[in-house]
Amino acid sequence: MAELDTSGGGKHKGGKVRSKKASTRVDLTAMVDLAFLLITFFILTTTLQKPKAMDLTMPDKDDNHNQLPVPETRTMTVLLGKDNKLEWYMGLPQKPLTPPSVTNFGKAGIRESLIEQGKNVLAKSGKEMIVLIKPSDKSTYSDMVSMMDELNIVGNQQRAIVDISPMEVDLLKRDNIY
Amino acid sequence: MPRAKVSRKSTAIDMTAMCDVAFLLLTFFILSAKPKVEDPIHADIPASTTIQALPEVDFAQLLVAQGKVIFSVEGADVRLETLKGMADQYKIDFTPEELKAFQGLDNVSVPIGVLKQYLNMTNQERAGVAKTGVQVDTTDNNELYWWVKNARKADKLVHNKELKIAIKGDSKEEYPTIAKIIKTLQKQKVNKFGLITSLKAATK
Repeated sequence: MAELDTSGGGKHKGGKVRSKKASTRVDLTAMVDLAFLLITFFILTTTLQKPKAMDLTMPDKDDNHNQLPVPETRTMTVLLGKDNKLEWYMGLPQKPLTPPSVTNFGKAGIRESLIEQGKNVLAKSGKEMIVLIKPSDKSTYSDMVSMMDELNIVGNQQRAIVDISPMEVDLLKRDNIY
Repeated sequence: MPRAKVSRKSTAIDMTAMCDVAFLLLTFFILSAKPKVEDPIHADIPASTTIQALPEVDFAQLLVAQGKVIFSVEGADVRLETLKGMADQYKIDFTPEELKAFQGLDNVSVPIGVLKQYLNMTNQERAGVAKTGVQVDTTDNNELYWWVKNARKADKLVHNKELKIAIKGDSKEEYPTIAKIIKTLQKQKVNKFGLITSLKAATK
């Protein structure tokens, strides 16, 4: 225990061994207080929540000969515009299979379209939908992350970030989100 | 009949065990605590539902905010080799003191041209230096390209592992800056990297 034995060593001058009556217990209260204070400090200062990382795989640029033709019926293009708005359509920009529509992120926005179109494509071709993300110069980093996140939520694996074409920029301009 | 005597017991509790536990926990927290590195420029990172944790070794980070890029790589040994590679690349001689100073440097926030000068400064002087970040553009020969390249080489040499690269970007950062960095990475066939995000609950 924490008591210190101070009763021994009785080599006093008088030759009399005097046993002390006073308690030799050390009061640990203050020490415990201090220890807990420090614990609290360290708990609060350590970063409990480690940052998370989302994996992003870009298509290999050099393998031009390796690129598979993408069936337009399976392709959904998402254009990222300004003010956290986006526009999507199926097929090619020249002759989209669905009219390009402007929406925003979140449950009622792009996710609904992703799920709905994904089901359509799966029913028609039996394969997963391919999503092309085309961020414009006016979009922000968080738009890109949100879009990738939406795809993660709906469980789509067939996706790529592609450069936007002038025609698509015009489309964004037309709809006033560039 | 005599009254039952209430035994006068001491009310002091034995604190020894409590003290032991408290110090054990304290030791644990002190040892597991990792000093938080303050970013030279503030980045408000976007949220996502990803729950994949970030690696702690063999890891390089590109902090992107206000159009600037700040490069950092984990591990003093990897850092040393990285700087040696950069010294060869840019024909700059670093003294052993400067190499040592670089090992303790959390991130590279100045262009390579003024790095030598920066390493010779005291911490206080460094705080006053404008953090212009590592130069990056769309050409083949930008500084970021060589930092990443040399860091990858260094990690391969020291740990024999592939360096993992993650981008920590500010939410409001415009896409062209990000595109530039992605292009730089893709030039050296780094097609897979991480985007650092904070955790958000999925809106069901």
